[in-house]
Amino acid sequence: MLRTAAAILRKDLLVELRAKESVPAMALFSITTFVVFHFGLRRVGVSGDLASGVLWVTLLFAAMLGVNRLFLPERDQGGFDAFLLAPVDRTAMLVAKAAGLFAYLCLVEVVAVPAYALFLLQPPLGQALPELIGILALANAGLAIVGTFVSALAVQTRIRDLIVPLIALPLLVPALIGAARSTAPLFASGGAEAMDGTWLVVLALYDLTFGLLAYAVFDFLLED
Amino acid sequence: MAATPAIELRGVGRRYGERVALRDVTLALGAGATLVVLGPNGAGKSTLLRILATLLRPHAGTCRVLDAELPREGHAVRGRVGLLGHDPLLYRDLSGRENLRYQARLFGVGRDRVEAALDAVGMARRADEPVRLLSRGMVQRLAVARATLHEPEVLLLDEPRANLDPGAAALLEPLVGRGSGRTRVVTSHDPAGGLAEADLALGLRGGRPAFCAPPAELDPDAVAALYR
Repeated sequence: MLRTAAAILRKDLLVELRAKESVPAMALFSITTFVVFHFGLRRVGVSGDLASGVLWVTLLFAAMLGVNRLFLPERDQGGFDAFLLAPVDRTAMLVAKAAGLFAYLCLVEVVAVPAYALFLLQPPLGQALPELIGILALANAGLAIVGTFVSALAVQTRIRDLIVPLIALPLLVPALIGAARSTAPLFASGGAEAMDGTWLVVLALYDLTFGLLAYAVFDFLLED
Repeated sequence: MAATPAIELRGVGRRYGERVALRDVTLALGAGATLVVLGPNGAGKSTLLRILATLLRPHAGTCRVLDAELPREGHAVRGRVGLLGHDPLLYRDLSGRENLRYQARLFGVGRDRVEAALDAVGMARRADEPVRLLSRGMVQRLAVARATLHEPEVLLLDEPRANLDPGAAALLEPLVGRGSGRTRVVTSHDPAGGLAEADLALGLRGGRPAFCAPPAELDPDAVAALYR
């Protein structure tokens, strides 16, 4: 199964490298949103809960762009049929797509987080960075799993662009809370404070729960 | 004892919502034989191919392919069937070689087989160009290479000669023609050409079988009536 997932992931990354449709759109959206917040909030910078909330809501909406496009090559170019004809474990598609979305989110954050620090964040980012990377990784995993599941659910519908946020955003609220609450102390106005590990556990449990759920039902989503 | 048919359908039907796409199709096709499916647009030809390919579930009847009952035992058929449909099932931003290598990984086929398939369809020299830049005929050649890459026992061919010039059609004949030696189900809009390569001919009209018989036993008027 992992070999098949690796083949799909490799193909997806190659397609994205050629088409450049998801990652640039997600990164540009994030930066544009930070600029809008910069002028909309009319502050020198943000810190604490507000800083954490602005960062995570922006990343969440940027992720929706990637989620919406995740299965489009499979639907529009026959990738689903080609995959379903092969004698492979269909869950490999879930693993590959989630890994791909995780990679896209990481790439976007490499650009978006420094831009956020530049446009909006009041306290310096450097001190908070090690812990923030850990939170980003855990939250990205949750976004990738739920996003892949919802994208597979919505891709065959006509109103995919509407269905994805309508289903994904409520499902992602616990991940958003966990990520925002664990990030807030790192962005305290006086410099990074110790974060509450409970929220990291919540994030990890969220990832595990939705990972198992998606693994259990994904096969049925690909059925006729 | 008679050999088990490679494909055996009894009363197979399929709906899309309320619309009946296929109804009461019954036939048996021996290993290595060719079934040609004739009928006007929307007759249910592609639906039949997709059922045989395990991509669609039949809503009525029983369907056996290579001794496996579909859809319950579909896993036993996947990898032994090759589908050449209207869509080439190729990623437009990838090259022909990249597409085939991806398919080879899915089907557990070696890279040497990819190069052999590209040679066989005459696309080795253009194999590194993105599919979106190729002509329809070249894309069709790559689609044939994709469909036959894993040496399937059964070929499901939806108008396999579409977009091909006579030279290309002749080149691909050993892969998808009678000479391939495979069990084939071929849809065609050319009754004369189709019947010439058929062991069994199925005529569909509005999803219903109008006839199902060896070409020699067919009434030419019944064939002509399909398209009226």
